[in-house]
Amino acid sequence: MVNGLPAVTALLPALILAFTGLALLLVDTVRPDARSNTSMAVVGAFGSLAALAATVWLTASGGVSPDGGAVLLFADAIKVDTLALFFTAIFASVTALVLVAAHDYFHDHANPAAFYSLVTFAATGMALLAVANSLAVVFVALEMVSLPSYVLVAYLKQDRGSVEAGMKYFLVGALSSAIFLFGISLVYAATGSLILADIASASIEGLAGVLGVGVVMMIGGVAFKTASVPFHFWAPEAYEGAPAPVSAFLSSASKAAGFVVAFRVFTEAFPLEMAVSANVDWMLAFAVLAAVTMTLGNFAAAVQEEVKRMLAYSSIGHAGYALIGVAALTVDGPANGTVMGAAMAHLLVYGFMNTGAFLFVAMAERWGVGRTFEDYAGLARRAPVASTAMAVFMFSLAGLPPFAGFFSKYFLFQAAIDNGFLWLAGLGAINSVVSLYYYSRVVKALWLDDPESSSALDAIDVRPTALYAAVIFAAVATVLLLPGFGPVIETAEAAASALF
Amino acid sequence: MAAAFVGALTVFLAPDEWAGRLAFAISLVPFVGSLYLWSGFEAGGNALLGGEIAYATQIEWLEVGGRSVSWFVGLDGISLPLFVLTTFLVPLAILSAWTPVDTRQSQFYGLMLFMEANLLGVFAALDFFLWFVFWEAVLVPMYFLIGIWGGPRRKYAAIKFFVYTNAASLLMFIGFMSLVFALGDSVSSFALPEIAQAIAAGDLGTWFGIPPDRIAMVAFLAMFLGFAVKVPIVPFHTWLPDAHVQAPTPASVLLAGVLLKMGTYALLRFNFTMLPEQASMLAIPIAAIAVVSVIYGAMLALAQKDLKRIVAYSSVSSMGYVILGLVVFTEYGVGGATFQMVAHGLISGLMFMAVGVIYNATHTRMVGDMAGMADRMPVTVGILVAGAFGYMGLPLMAGFAGEFFIFVGSLSAPALPYAPVFTALAMFGIVIVAGYLLSAMQSTLFGPFELETDYEVGPAAFHDVAPLAVLLVAIIVLGVAPDIFFEMIRDAAVPVVEGVTIDG
Repeated sequence: MVNGLPAVTALLPALILAFTGLALLLVDTVRPDARSNTSMAVVGAFGSLAALAATVWLTASGGVSPDGGAVLLFADAIKVDTLALFFTAIFASVTALVLVAAHDYFHDHANPAAFYSLVTFAATGMALLAVANSLAVVFVALEMVSLPSYVLVAYLKQDRGSVEAGMKYFLVGALSSAIFLFGISLVYAATGSLILADIASASIEGLAGVLGVGVVMMIGGVAFKTASVPFHFWAPEAYEGAPAPVSAFLSSASKAAGFVVAFRVFTEAFPLEMAVSANVDWMLAFAVLAAVTMTLGNFAAAVQEEVKRMLAYSSIGHAGYALIGVAALTVDGPANGTVMGAAMAHLLVYGFMNTGAFLFVAMAERWGVGRTFEDYAGLARRAPVASTAMAVFMFSLAGLPPFAGFFSKYFLFQAAIDNGFLWLAGLGAINSVVSLYYYSRVVKALWLDDPESSSALDAIDVRPTALYAAVIFAAVATVLLLPGFGPVIETAEAAASALF
Repeated sequence: MAAAFVGALTVFLAPDEWAGRLAFAISLVPFVGSLYLWSGFEAGGNALLGGEIAYATQIEWLEVGGRSVSWFVGLDGISLPLFVLTTFLVPLAILSAWTPVDTRQSQFYGLMLFMEANLLGVFAALDFFLWFVFWEAVLVPMYFLIGIWGGPRRKYAAIKFFVYTNAASLLMFIGFMSLVFALGDSVSSFALPEIAQAIAAGDLGTWFGIPPDRIAMVAFLAMFLGFAVKVPIVPFHTWLPDAHVQAPTPASVLLAGVLLKMGTYALLRFNFTMLPEQASMLAIPIAAIAVVSVIYGAMLALAQKDLKRIVAYSSVSSMGYVILGLVVFTEYGVGGATFQMVAHGLISGLMFMAVGVIYNATHTRMVGDMAGMADRMPVTVGILVAGAFGYMGLPLMAGFAGEFFIFVGSLSAPALPYAPVFTALAMFGIVIVAGYLLSAMQSTLFGPFELETDYEVGPAAFHDVAPLAVLLVAIIVLGVAPDIFFEMIRDAAVPVVEGVTIDG
């Protein structure tokens, strides 16, 4: 607890991100012709690291509220608690990684400045999403994440794939935003409030049906943002077409942003007891979503021929795992907090390993090697360190024990079993086994296969320092999260338990 | 262990030219460390059954579903010999890699040291999670070692190895977890001693409506199958010849010398120590599998033409003895099995290294292609023959001591019906082993030199022969004075045996 500070200090992480974005924009406006790639990247990265530092400081010191609990601001529309801070930490870390990596990725881009400010603005939106306590704020923040994302996906405007991906993303996104907004309005119609806690306590006599439709539509909005079935169609296209750092950003940070909505809005606005008594069984809906999402994502990933596309589908699969966090909840379930906390911890670990994997793809794009598994053959000969990092990401994503991904998955499945969802955990385990197949294909290509021709590796003479640094940092984080998993899971569980 | 980890990282980043020498120097640090641990070793009893644990360290790590996981390491009479064996074999294996490994050296040695660190972790860990992390982490470097530096069919072998052992681990994991779940609230951590003692105290409960004895049986079977692949026992051995033959020599040495012991060590620790009742119920089938492994492995070896395959299949055979020693549940059986683990680690390490040296010189391993090697590489061949005698169980060598203890233990085993029959059948395996080793030696090593090569086949370099000599000395020392390990092994083995007599 940090006494003597105004309550608004709790918003420090989001504010730092916002001001960083504005500063970047300002510089670009004042000197639009200057090629300031490096300084932009440095400022952006430091801004997001400062936000991360502020988040960690707030978490460690117990927040700024006198009683150590949540801070409510702006007529209860904003609520800063450990849950929000936990997710903000994910957003800030991923943003920092992406910005550092982008420095090399956009080294010959005509005007990269806007990229950095757009990413920071999207991150600001995510940080805002994490603290939103009112459906109105949720929607505004969601759009604040989405709009920069559309632009970012289409950022390589000379590249047809990028533009097409941006277009698809935008169309699906606009549609699901509309659905989400309509869902909100139905919930408002049924309960007469937008503040989450008030929705929970509102009387809904005779309007349960309206509320139910509203909830289902909101689930649709969440499913879009987290790239879950049935709103996942945009994801492989967008991730594949977008510049690889953007893919990393979308599939890690933006996805986590979708989950923070799911975790907070559904548990706080529609508490389990009320949902069951009003026959709005969103847990069941999420359970079905989780099962379908992870199965479809993993099996689709297994048949891909391009690494980036495989990662995109596997990212859908991981959305399915994280959905267990809201799917495996029951009224008075003994492990409600644990299962959601485990999902949050998984998202944190995933933030590092998945970002790292996409950044490795970014590096491969920078090197000019192709996109398929075959094109990756033998890369380890010329880039052993980066390939080691990639092997770490792959094995960790597959959930092999020496890496952090094993623990986060294990905790998740164990908590689901404790809450009586043996079938969901079992399905998750089977999917993990499937995923080992396609993840190990990447490792096999990198380390075991021979390159088609010796000249195929010549391009690797380029050494993108910043990209390297980002990839290696992500790998080190993935490994170090294993011994350091204790505080992470405890923070996550404490944050999640506060919701029940 | 820390030294090996840090060393692995250092070597990985070091330039190729001196990676080998650096790795060797670094690998001596854990060896000296383990000798120091050995000299100051004073623990009694079995770590899992309330015995005193030497060098126990327990640091809270995290909590899973109400049970705590901790960094819990320590050694007892069973794990210390294997711990020393690992640190002893790794420097020698690294030394033996100087000649054959000529590409991507820093990565190679880095992986070797990384594997050593994890192997040591497997033997020292006393917390299930910690143990499992190390157990699985061993697979990763081995996969790369086989896949990158292996023989012509390395990719196939590496993937087969990885898939087989990983699937086995999953099975074992499920088996063990069902035990933990069935124990319910009676255990508060994943510490192996606590779990073992809770099971012994009869705390197994019903889980999802399944009665405790059935859970124990299912868990026993799942874990047994999981470890059987690692050991490997017939019919789960098919990954082994592929992995061995394709693996580079130093990796083979560690694979046979230490990795296979992980399987038998885990069998002893988990199956036979934690669930002795189930083990004695299944004694006959397990003993039958063990004997089949002995005979069948030996017969397969008899049919091979490739020297390395011969050694690989005879590992299947030797591991059969170890299983037999475990299942008879006598002081000498269990102790002898542990002793045999160490002995076989040394002998098979020696054999693989010697074959590797010959291969480096001749570029063939086929029995039919070679003859008269003794003329060209007298020292190497001499040691190879000595090693082969060790394999056959010649007295005064480590292999003899191990097999002798096992047979002494199994002849008079109260827990195993028809024990003398099984023992006699297993002993017959020795005859076959002697047969094929002698015939292989005869045709490759002696007689006129016939191999037509366009390169000079001469004596091996000093750093190739030195590890062989060191190993041979170790084998003889252990054979002459088995007591240096056997006393402490027996100390830890007795509680395991007593567990059976109390229950059954």
